[in-house]
Amino acid sequence: MSTSDLCWLSIHEALDAMRRREVSALELTQAVLERIAATDDAVHAYLTVLAESALEQATAADARRADGADGALLGIPVAIKDVICTRGIPTTCGSRILKDFIPPYDATAVQRLRQAGAIVLGKTNTDEFAMGSSTEYSAFVTTANPWDLSRVPGGSSGGSAAAVAAGTAFGALGSDTGGSIRQPAALCGIVGLKPTYGRVSRYGLVAHGSSLDQIGPLTRCVEDAAILLGVIAGHDPLDATSLDAPVPDYVHHLRHSEGLAGLRIGVPREYFIAGMEAGVEAAVRTALQVMADAGAQIIEVSLPLTEYAIPIYYLISTAEASSNLARYDGVRYGLRVDGDEMWRTYFETRAHGFGPEVKRRIMLGTYALSAGYYDAYYLKAQQARTLLRRDFERAWQQVDLVACPTSPSVAFKAGQKVDDPLQMYLSDVFTVALNLAGMCGISVPCGFSEGLPVGLQLMAPPLEEPRLLRAAYAYEQTTEWHKQRPVIVDRR
Amino acid sequence: MPRLSLQEVQHIAHLARLGLSDTEKETFRDQLSAILDYAARLNELDTHDVEPTTSALPLNNVMRDDEVVVGLSSADALSNAPDAEAGQFRVRVILE
Repeated sequence: MSTSDLCWLSIHEALDAMRRREVSALELTQAVLERIAATDDAVHAYLTVLAESALEQATAADARRADGADGALLGIPVAIKDVICTRGIPTTCGSRILKDFIPPYDATAVQRLRQAGAIVLGKTNTDEFAMGSSTEYSAFVTTANPWDLSRVPGGSSGGSAAAVAAGTAFGALGSDTGGSIRQPAALCGIVGLKPTYGRVSRYGLVAHGSSLDQIGPLTRCVEDAAILLGVIAGHDPLDATSLDAPVPDYVHHLRHSEGLAGLRIGVPREYFIAGMEAGVEAAVRTALQVMADAGAQIIEVSLPLTEYAIPIYYLISTAEASSNLARYDGVRYGLRVDGDEMWRTYFETRAHGFGPEVKRRIMLGTYALSAGYYDAYYLKAQQARTLLRRDFERAWQQVDLVACPTSPSVAFKAGQKVDDPLQMYLSDVFTVALNLAGMCGISVPCGFSEGLPVGLQLMAPPLEEPRLLRAAYAYEQTTEWHKQRPVIVDRR
Repeated sequence: MPRLSLQEVQHIAHLARLGLSDTEKETFRDQLSAILDYAARLNELDTHDVEPTTSALPLNNVMRDDEVVVGLSSADALSNAPDAEAGQFRVRVILE
């Protein structure tokens, strides 16, 4: 097998090959580092590449395997979104305010990856504090879509999605507050899973919207997502909102299930709206037919609150963000820009440290929480959130899963929406409801439109990841979309 | 809803301890007005007597036993401090 072929192995194929002693962790790591060196100047998926450390981790993994050890991810090189803390490794959140921040601890999800034997390759680019849908709001670099370098990879986990799609990581962690795993996965032609709120510990995930944030995997196939989820899921006393529910054997569920047979899949009529690209709708309609042919029952459902999901989301998430980001005051960590008095230091530090989208969201959230507007905006949005949850609770009485497009469009051109915040927010129209209702969801590749990937989103009730993965896997096994690879050519 | 006034923008920026240039104030005045105008469609919803959702989980207070555990060391906690002295964060004088 050639070096470049090694980079395209799935996680489960790479594990099988290592268990058969056909390849070593060191060879996998060297192959992927070579590919990073060859392509990442064009893609810019990474903010930090840990070449030396990755080779050391790989050598240690091979030694452990030679000693008879194994692990769910022993010797697998993975990437981590740069909003997730890594001990001793810069964690910038794509922000000038944390440019030199080096966490003194690992996030629980990272610690669990390490315990399972994964090799941390580096930290991936993100919209500043995970606020954005294109990765263009990173303070450091704009990540390109591996399928067309003139287009965005989606966001905010755009660096993680681009790395997995470009063959420069075997899998990656992202975070999803309103679609930030699923939307970039769709736009880059890979799998992205947003677990149920509370399924994965948020300890060490830099807070954005605390009632919405979840860490989850980005991978090249559904089985790999199941493997990663099994490693990072589970109760953590360090996160009071983490669920104390048993973690099922997700991979076992994939391999021993009835597939799509007998599943009732709801298609919300409100999700097939004007403004959706024709190529996206066609690919998703075809996917629904494929699932019906495989034995699923396709049922039209109604989610009337859909048109209100974006305003609910942007009021609640910015209110939570404005409160969370109050901690960046130049006192304990991060940038400090001195003013002539202490209170001026706060204003100067935050003026210089935050970029335009973060400032905009702090302003919007502060407004929604301020005296005189709290009831009209924040409380109203929380009440509407209850109505939106009831929409889904009604749907779950009729169907087992809901299916829809992940994004109304394929990857858009860099620069197209960056100065029009409302247009950027509307690109999250199909993903935010899931976070508001605390459910789980996945985006899987379901075709191409004008040469660019389209994602199918499946949603399931809280903690029904086994059902979600079962359907996604069964669909994936009947198609070839997840096997398509981009040829990285600069068309700018 | 009417466009935000410059005074409102300045008031919000002050609450958020966020320094803004004159250009940023004007830009945010326009953009926030447009976003809030869009958000006003929530007023079409009847939310009378609807409980607000504060968490997607049915969580109550989470308790643990009152036992001493090892936390972050002082040195680790200070390792990213912009300025520190004698094991503490150092800031400008705030009380004369």
